[in-house]
Amino acid sequence: MRIFAMFGGACVVGAAAGWMLTAPTFADPDLTVPAGDAARGATVFTAAGCASCHIAPGATKAEHPVLSGGQRFASDFGTFIAPNISTDAKQGIGAWSTLDLLNALRHGTSPAGQHYYPALPYATYTRMTDTDVADLRAYLATLPADATPSQPHEVGFPFNIRRALGVWKLLFLRDDWVLAEAPTPELERGRYIVEALAHCGECHTPRNGLGGLQRDRWLSGAPNPNGKGTIPDITAAGLTWSSADIVGYLTTGFTPEFDTAGGHMVAVVENMAQLPDSDRAAVAAYLKAIPKAE
Amino acid sequence: MLFRPLLALSLMISCALPAFAEGEADAAIKARKSQMTLYAFNLAPLGEMAKGTLAYDADVASKAATNLAALAKLDQSRLWREGTDQMSAENTRALPDIWDNMDDVMAKSLAMTGAADAMQLAAGTDLASLQAAMGALGGACGACHKLYRAPE
Repeated sequence: MRIFAMFGGACVVGAAAGWMLTAPTFADPDLTVPAGDAARGATVFTAAGCASCHIAPGATKAEHPVLSGGQRFASDFGTFIAPNISTDAKQGIGAWSTLDLLNALRHGTSPAGQHYYPALPYATYTRMTDTDVADLRAYLATLPADATPSQPHEVGFPFNIRRALGVWKLLFLRDDWVLAEAPTPELERGRYIVEALAHCGECHTPRNGLGGLQRDRWLSGAPNPNGKGTIPDITAAGLTWSSADIVGYLTTGFTPEFDTAGGHMVAVVENMAQLPDSDRAAVAAYLKAIPKAE
Repeated sequence: MLFRPLLALSLMISCALPAFAEGEADAAIKARKSQMTLYAFNLAPLGEMAKGTLAYDADVASKAATNLAALAKLDQSRLWREGTDQMSAENTRALPDIWDNMDDVMAKSLAMTGAADAMQLAAGTDLASLQAAMGALGGACGACHKLYRAPE
């Protein structure tokens, strides 16, 4: 009898510990976030590619994009539908504080304390600085409101159990750099753009069975999550382009063969083209520093 | 007695028609790929100059851009005939969405012609003008490839 009681007790303790460990995490509510600068936030917004996913399907990116959501992203786990993140207080995120945005981007946690799916690339944004989050919040506040309701994700069992995302985060949400050494300011900037904002790794790095990025195969190419075709290897060994080729591609969309980017990469180029030359050069320097996958 | 030859004839026609259409589809796909190759060939000196991997030469740039603008104005209606999408034909990444959104495709094509015309004006002016026109041209080409071309 005693052995059963002990086993039962262990189960209860284990379940309680599991429940606690999978709880959504928040930043310290007393964290002092800097005052945001909307002009700087515009660059963060562009480099992080927010509009590429959050503008309406088929919309072209305007000077003041309407972030009403609705684009569909197919994956092995179901179809995720980008939500409304416009300034509408009810349907969008107009009522959010800077801390709410910080919790969403760095911890993948909603203001109501729910885990977001990592289709929102918080595994990248978790490396964003407080200043960049605050600047982004200030910039987002300047964009138009739109009252289109967000659509629910089309995700089946068991992936619809949000709490289980706590396990995903324990396994895969890490805020250390993939490229450990960035000895020059240019490499440091390139690393920040790629690993904290532009989320290149989210598509160019293969995922394991649970959807976690395989960091030992960083940027080495992956199947397209929508099931068609592959996304190329962009490590120094995998991409034979020169730095000038990479900068040229990120400026105009033309490959060294004068074909162009296609699919979602067109939106990425649109964003990269708006950054200063030095940022595109920094991205090229960073890619050239990525070792061949093991 | 006329029945047999008529049947034979109609069978011949019904069998031969798809083969004929297939040959035409194949020719159209080959031709539009050739069109893309000619775009790329003329974009090359412009792009290399913009990147700084080829010295700026107003004459070379101007000739290439003039070719590009002329190519962009060729009538392409026979190149994009029905039945030449990825689901119906081999060796093409053209998505069926093209034929479902022809108005949008035509608008994007017109924008590309405009960008090529702008490049024709800019290419012979100076390097800074060429570089500025290159981004718009890339964007105009990419606009179709974003929505209407399947990934490799």
